[in-house]
Amino acid sequence: MPVPPPPTRPVPPPPTPRAFPEAARDAVRDTTLRANLRHATHTIRDKRARAVAELEDWQRLREAGKRIKDHTLRHLDRYLEQLEAAATAAGATVHWAADADEANRIVTGLVKATGEREVVKVKSMATQEIGLNEALAAEGIHAYETDLAELIVQLGDDRPSHILVPAIHRNRAEIRAIFRERMGRWGRPAPDDLTDEPADLAEAARLHLREKFLRAKVAISGANFMVAETGTLVVLESEGNGRMCLTLPETLISVVGIEKTVPTWRDLEVFLQTLPRSSTAERMNPYTSMWTGTSDDDGPRTFHLVLLDNGRTDALADDIGRQALRCIRCSACLNVCPVYERAGGHAYGSVYPGPIGAILTPQLRGTTSEIDASLPYASSLCGACYDVCPVAIDIPEVLVHLRERVADQGGRGHRAEKAVMRAASWVMDHPAALAAGERAAARTRALHPGRPPGAGAWTESRDLPPLPAQPFRDWWKKNRT
Amino acid sequence: MSSRDRVLARVRAAVAGAPEAPAVLRDYLTSHTRDDPAALLDLLHDNLADYRALVHRADPAGVAPLVARLLAARGAKSVLVPAGLPDAWLADTDCVRVADRVEATAAELDAVDSVITGCALAIAETGTLVLDAGPAQGRRRITLVPDHHICVVRAPEQIVASVPRAMSRLDPRRPLTWLSGPSATSDIELDRVEGVHGPRALEVILLSG
Ligand code: SF4
Repeated sequence: MPVPPPPTRPVPPPPTPRAFPEAARDAVRDTTLRANLRHATHTIRDKRARAVAELEDWQRLREAGKRIKDHTLRHLDRYLEQLEAAATAAGATVHWAADADEANRIVTGLVKATGEREVVKVKSMATQEIGLNEALAAEGIHAYETDLAELIVQLGDDRPSHILVPAIHRNRAEIRAIFRERMGRWGRPAPDDLTDEPADLAEAARLHLREKFLRAKVAISGANFMVAETGTLVVLESEGNGRMCLTLPETLISVVGIEKTVPTWRDLEVFLQTLPRSSTAERMNPYTSMWTGTSDDDGPRTFHLVLLDNGRTDALADDIGRQALRCIRCSACLNVCPVYERAGGHAYGSVYPGPIGAILTPQLRGTTSEIDASLPYASSLCGACYDVCPVAIDIPEVLVHLRERVADQGGRGHRAEKAVMRAASWVMDHPAALAAGERAAARTRALHPGRPPGAGAWTESRDLPPLPAQPFRDWWKKNRT
Repeated sequence: MSSRDRVLARVRAAVAGAPEAPAVLRDYLTSHTRDDPAALLDLLHDNLADYRALVHRADPAGVAPLVARLLAARGAKSVLVPAGLPDAWLADTDCVRVADRVEATAAELDAVDSVITGCALAIAETGTLVLDAGPAQGRRRITLVPDHHICVVRAPEQIVASVPRAMSRLDPRRPLTWLSGPSATSDIELDRVEGVHGPRALEVILLSG
């Protein structure tokens, strides 16, 4: 029986970054987006809770992960030097990039030196952060994203909206439309009879990408971990596109934030237990690749490691904010965040969405722009993100700290203040989120005397909903799951 | 000043005066499972199956007929064979044997129907196979490009309980590939679909005796 074509929306133009409140307001009005997000975050969060409950020593693993990262960050200079020496001894070439421009120059130069015009990429937030694809395009080099979700995003001229499932905001009908409309422009077109069954869509992606993998000479990746002791890099993934990129090409270029370092091989035993369970709610992700420099006759003959700062040392210098650098990008905090669930990842205006994005982005980029100044307010301070974080980042604490920073700079102009007011009024439209936020804010106010500008006037001018008798998360669980 | 020096100087300035971080605690468990070979074998079996690997059991006499049957069931005409794979495992199949060669192009690998390998070890608690390019495992790409992978695990000696137990047995200098079930994606409305890029079928033979 022929499958009737599903209803589709036209592929929309790419969103432009705006301050969180405006972007969030549109997202909240988009019912398709909200339904997709809600389904996804709830499914993952429930599965995750079960996967975590399997390990009776979860809290000890969490504490170990936190301490390993804190220790590494405290001595990051030493571990980076050790990493460089070990990776070099194993056959890697190590480069250092102080900022995005420098990283892009290095990578573009390395690709040009190979004479290739095409590279395959495995999903990497670091390269998204620095805008590498655009920099390569400016030099006439086409970078193919090979993660299925990234392919959906790239073909749709879109932006990722979730760390783990970047196309979480797209449903199957939209994906079919994107494949039908766009695949043929870049390679093998989608078949004419493509349905919106996930298996068929995945098959179309498999065929489209396979021809690229099999001819690729250069690949670009990020990494989940780098081991200082051995110079080993680690990539966790599910689809095998990572393995394709890390195995088949002749040249591999990995761009990795300096905070991804762990001191010892043994340290991986902690994160290989906590990351998959926190992230995809699996005991282990389908594929993990670990490589140490180059090896004879197996994998790329040439391996370049680009160590990226790009604002990380600014975060490192902040006593309270530096804990954000512990993040292992599991995305658990996104899936429990009531604000993320409504607003979607695009509203955060950065590759790092959700609660972690709200604290990481303003530290990496500073708080001078309107969007970056508004991000510390893109939260209800309910604390659910802290509870699920496998490296125990106290996200609410950092949010409050960054609000103070934004408040302190308020005197220099009205931009930040305006952004804050809009964020505040957005939260105001969502009484449950507000109630929880008020409660947490009230608790921490004594510790953090600096309040956001205008917050006093704003709260006085409105009737606040009564505080719930039960803790917010209980309410949330009961009413929203 | 080079960028290396600049980044390192920024790191040093950023942490100057920061208090020493508390010592790393390793009071987490090294295993969550009873050290009983039969229980570990069952747990590995269950967890592999849970990840939609197809799991079979065999004794030394049963491997060759089982391998032959699995290859025939997939309609495989050719099978990739890494160096060091016991000849006996392939004694009953008439598939064309394609040796793992350094010079083989990706397109050549793509034309092979199946691949059979051993492993370095398997982790029972997570249902994970670890390959380290050692004997009977071959280069990383041979278990990546063909669509059907048969992996033989020797019980009990290649089975460990947990991730910590695995780490202490592995050599980081070797290229390592950890497999937990076949390639999978959940990117489309979180529906799990097997086989986006890696082999769509992963069959595991648990070989004991
Ligand atoms: S902040 Fe914590 S929970 Fe959020 S992505 Fe990072 S590690 Fe995961």
